[in-house]
Amino acid sequence: MLKERQTSVRSWLASGEPWVWANAAAVGISVVAVAGLLLLIAIRGLAHFWPAEVRLINFTDQFGQAQVAMGELADMESLTPQRYAEVFGSSDPQTEIVQRWLLKTGNRRYSPPDFQWLFERDVSSIEYPEHAVVLERMEWGNAYGFLVSVYDGDRQVTSGDLWAAFQQRLERARDIRLQIEELEQGTLNRINYQLERLRLERRSLEFAGESASHLAPEEADLNADYLVSESQLRDLYTSLQRDNIELRLASGRVVTTNLAEVVRAWRPNRMSLADKLGHYMSSIWLFLSEQPREANTEGGIFPAIFGTVMMVLLMSVLVTPFGVIAAIYLREYAHQGPFVRLIRIAVNNLAGVPSIVYGVFGLGFFVYFIGGNLDQLFFPEALPAPTFGTPGLLWASLTLALLTVPVVVVSTEEGLTRIPRAIREGSLALGATKAETLFRVILPMASPSILTGVILAVARAAGEVAPLMLVGVVKLAPTLPVDGNFPFVHLERKFMHLGFHIYDVGFQSPNVDAARPLVYATALLLVLIIVVLNLTAIMLRNRLENRYRGVES
Amino acid sequence: MSSKMNDNGTPGVGRPNNEGPDSPGTHVNESSIDTRPAVDAGATTASDESTDEISLTVRDLCLYYSGQQALVDVSLNIPKTQVTAFIGPSGCGKSTLLRCFNRMNDLIDGVETTGTIHLDGIDINAKEVDAAQLRRRVGMVFQRPNPFPKTIYENVAYGLRIQGDLQKAEMDERVEWALHNAALWDEVKDRLKESALGLSGGQQQRLVIARAIAVKPSVLLLDEPASALDPISTLKIEELIHQLKKDYTIVIVTHNMQQAARVSDHTAFMYLGELVEFGRTDTVFTNPTESRTEDYITGRYG
Repeated sequence: MLKERQTSVRSWLASGEPWVWANAAAVGISVVAVAGLLLLIAIRGLAHFWPAEVRLINFTDQFGQAQVAMGELADMESLTPQRYAEVFGSSDPQTEIVQRWLLKTGNRRYSPPDFQWLFERDVSSIEYPEHAVVLERMEWGNAYGFLVSVYDGDRQVTSGDLWAAFQQRLERARDIRLQIEELEQGTLNRINYQLERLRLERRSLEFAGESASHLAPEEADLNADYLVSESQLRDLYTSLQRDNIELRLASGRVVTTNLAEVVRAWRPNRMSLADKLGHYMSSIWLFLSEQPREANTEGGIFPAIFGTVMMVLLMSVLVTPFGVIAAIYLREYAHQGPFVRLIRIAVNNLAGVPSIVYGVFGLGFFVYFIGGNLDQLFFPEALPAPTFGTPGLLWASLTLALLTVPVVVVSTEEGLTRIPRAIREGSLALGATKAETLFRVILPMASPSILTGVILAVARAAGEVAPLMLVGVVKLAPTLPVDGNFPFVHLERKFMHLGFHIYDVGFQSPNVDAARPLVYATALLLVLIIVVLNLTAIMLRNRLENRYRGVES
Repeated sequence: MSSKMNDNGTPGVGRPNNEGPDSPGTHVNESSIDTRPAVDAGATTASDESTDEISLTVRDLCLYYSGQQALVDVSLNIPKTQVTAFIGPSGCGKSTLLRCFNRMNDLIDGVETTGTIHLDGIDINAKEVDAAQLRRRVGMVFQRPNPFPKTIYENVAYGLRIQGDLQKAEMDERVEWALHNAALWDEVKDRLKESALGLSGGQQQRLVIARAIAVKPSVLLLDEPASALDPISTLKIEELIHQLKKDYTIVIVTHNMQQAARVSDHTAFMYLGELVEFGRTDTVFTNPTESRTEDYITGRYG
């Protein structure tokens, strides 16, 4: 009996089934880990935009005084007796688990801090006041309170619905803000850019010893335009600041807020599910489309999305021809000897060099050496201010292209090797030269492999942050790398990047509690962008693969 | 007879100087000195008695793969607009010889040749002759069909596009002409824009022949064109060869003796890199001068 069982265990082992189970377990763990991570990021990130209910909480503070606080529930925590003792000392020993709540009370300007911990046992009552108002402000984060009065200039609005009157004036402020933005980003930006161009042109003429007097009329025109726009801008700002509201805080204090400071206002406790959904969508849209505010802890992340995508695309455009040409030479033209083998090993090993080393190399070689010399040669009029001799989008893309070129070389080489000899000979036998064979038959057939290489390169480049910090990424870029000023694409500019944004918001932020959900949201977005870029390339590759299926067998 | 796969003229296959102690080897070595003039004479007589025009003239051709001799002093005349078949056991050098005619051996590292090959009086190995130009005049069809992963139309048009674009109408006309001549037009005329990889093996092989004749070469080299095909497709290819010989000089390598007897006007028997016998097909098959030819044809070795 025992012997039989031994045999059956042995035969079970020999059947290879344990091996299959082990494989399945490994795959399962990986899938659960990835899915769990994505789920965590998604839930934390996406929940941030939901208009949470505003609670008015009456509680007793540690001195036994009755207090009141109003805000959104941000977090909940269970403290075990030991943990409680660790946090609060042993003066007040606990025997049971204690619940505590993190309340986002906002109003940082009037009663900081804007987050407050409360013990559940201290709470005497919770209300959800219907008229509680949340204001999203340009500065100082959210405000929570009750609308008391609306002032149209100096005149208090008394008639009609107070909330409607407020919304109407908020709409007006928003229109004016859009006009201001258009003026600042459009007209004034253009005038400044042209003035700077004229200044540089004048300087370069002076270097050459020529007269620059013919530039004067244009300059005068621009300056006149500037004065006009500037006075328009001043008028707009005055007009923006016309209206005020009065807000009663939970403590009973009444504060005045200028409508110029308010981005949006809503009453979450009155909103239906549809309203909330609408608000949720518009919050996400604002997050995706707006500039960041408040040291990146508020507002949107559009410049970071734009910078990331632009950098990755530029990197792909640079790395693909470079890697493909190198692979073609190595595989098709170079004599396959020990030297080529050595080069191949070296290329493969490049993929293992830590990315920060590429960053240092990029800074030293691209930025200081190439960029510095470009400035000396082509932009001497701007010196000592560097044009290309400073970190920027082009150098960041080049550095990442260098970082990812081994991947493209290796997969292209694999693709070239896989093409059957019969196909090459078929083309040559028809009178095609080697180059014609390469371009008309071999490269199209190798294109799925090339794209696989580009996919891997994109995946790696989009996630890199360390080298970028040295060669072009900044916390806050005043202008996008693409705008309406000739030549429209400004590769020398610094840019923002989602990966760096995560680091900056998560670890360099003055207000950690406020910034944390944004870290999750930004991380989710970065993952999504990489997925989208990859899926696009994968779909393209699959289409090409379908076309060539059946040849390589 | 059966091992066709290895006979692609790849390095290491040819082993002509293998002077082993086995009896056929000895036999070859003894007779090789005597037979060579006879072969030359045979070649000349073949052309003399029929007063055929000569397309390819091969003289004293030797070929070495990295020092190993694969062809030994081959000399023969291939007559114009007729079918010449190369037969012989695997590794005897017939594919290698065929690939000399369009200089496909140039692509293999370590191949050296001596001797001359003239195509219509021009030395094809001369410096001023461009291999790509030569291959436009000497088309080749391989053992396994190798259509490009393009549409049927583009496959046939490939050689023409390389030579410089014709007008669309001319191109259409030439593609149709080539497909007609390859006896494929009726089967594919409604699916010219579909991938050539969707065709059957026999159709693919005829497509490849259409691709080769589309550029109007003067010589067509067929390297075991039917060995990967079923009997019906083989028959079609053989009929096609019959049709094509009106316009083209055809050289075919085959393992199939019946096929050689059926389709060719002249037959060359090769053994261990040497040309043993060359003459009119009916003579070679019914009344061979060499005992080795007879042995091979009657199936005593190979």
